[in-house]
Amino acid sequence: MMMAVLIPGLLTVISVGLSAGYLGSLMVLKKMSLVGDALSHVALPGLALGILLNFNPFIGAFAILFGSAAIIWRLERITRLSFETIVGAIFTLALAVGILIIPEVDLLEALFGNIASVTYIDGLVAIIVSAMAIFLTRIIYSKFVMGMISEELAKSTGINIDRINLIYLLLVSLTVASGIKIVGSLLVGFLVVVPAATAKTLSPNLQRYSILSSFFGAVSGTSGVLLSNFTGLPTGPLVVVSGVTVFVAVALIRWATKYTP
Amino acid sequence: MLKVSNLTVRIQNQPILDDISFKLKKGTTLAIVGPNGAGKSVLFKALLNLIPYTGNIEWSGKVKIGYVPQNLTAGDIPISVREFLAFKGCPGIEGCLDTVGLVDESIMDKRLGTLSGGQFQRVLIAWAIHDGPNVLLFDEPTSAVDIDNEEAIYEMLNRLEKENEITVLIISHDIHLIRDYSEYMLALNRKMIFFGESERVVEPAILKMIYGNEVLLVRHAKGDRNV
Repeated sequence: MMMAVLIPGLLTVISVGLSAGYLGSLMVLKKMSLVGDALSHVALPGLALGILLNFNPFIGAFAILFGSAAIIWRLERITRLSFETIVGAIFTLALAVGILIIPEVDLLEALFGNIASVTYIDGLVAIIVSAMAIFLTRIIYSKFVMGMISEELAKSTGINIDRINLIYLLLVSLTVASGIKIVGSLLVGFLVVVPAATAKTLSPNLQRYSILSSFFGAVSGTSGVLLSNFTGLPTGPLVVVSGVTVFVAVALIRWATKYTP
Repeated sequence: MLKVSNLTVRIQNQPILDDISFKLKKGTTLAIVGPNGAGKSVLFKALLNLIPYTGNIEWSGKVKIGYVPQNLTAGDIPISVREFLAFKGCPGIEGCLDTVGLVDESIMDKRLGTLSGGQFQRVLIAWAIHDGPNVLLFDEPTSAVDIDNEEAIYEMLNRLEKENEITVLIISHDIHLIRDYSEYMLALNRKMIFFGESERVVEPAILKMIYGNEVLLVRHAKGDRNV
């Protein structure tokens, strides 16, 4: 594929990689890795509706993710169950419904992504969404972390933890939705989890952790897209393979140099 | 400074605190004692207005509370001491960690989770006091600290209380420290068991009231310990 054709895909994957890595750094700290992963599956029925009713699947995916995130947030407040449990309870249903209603010819692309289907409009949406997600997450970042260290301590300084959780879930929904077309609904959650896990092993402080996490997100995404272009294989799985390669390489280097942050 | 009257807290319809009333003067230290589940931490949450309650909590004048909760852990969160303190607007070491006896600047760049119990507790105290509160609430500030450090932390709290006329409320298990470092004591077991001068804590009748059976104070190399 010519380089010019690759540009929308690269723009999308770099911006989504940066923002998913940044948001994911909080998710990994909160030990909600499965939430990020599972939440992306929830998008499948929305994606399917977009394809069936002929509107932009991003809007369908985002609407379903947004709705699910709000329901999850509400259920967490009512039941006091963990996010992980609630998401676990509903994501398989969403995946099942999505697979049942999506046309068979589009299923593979919806699950695993396709770089060729990404347009300049998608790239532009991804840039705007990612910039906004990073900006807003930066505002709530330290409050979110403070809530993890001690909920009482955070509340005593006037932090509204419930509101911050809601904002965060909505931003994750937006980011995941904008990455779905290229990485696929089944695998986009990877970008929220593995880059942050890699960064965590190298970081003595939050600043380096969040920057490295974004960086590894963008690196995994970019290498996945380029590999997909050269090999003709689906983008999503190659993004995952690239990211895990970085993770393993970092772990090996850490082991060899006995580095502790 | 503080007047609590008929304070009752119910959680899921169970009374956790029942009809608690006491008064506290400005610049004094109140030690709060009681068995596990007695409602000590819940009393703090009510004072901080973090949970619903009935009865009255009246603070006189403008109150600014510094709070150190129990069982606080940074775990494996990669947050440096500097970032933790910066959250409350205390980015520099001067006047922030000096007051709590941490003078080694390199500590600012350490991960919060790698500090020793004593260092961590001091950082928390710095966090609570740096913006000039007139009330401090400490929930077992020395539970993860060895005896030497424990005394040093209590002495530091005492000094801060005297220097800045801060009112201190402290949850503690240590009878010796209560007697030496607090003026008043409140014993709780969901209800109020005892409220009065801390000196009386060594009286056998008071000890029996608090702990429910005979308690003997023995002299240790490091001072009195309840056993």
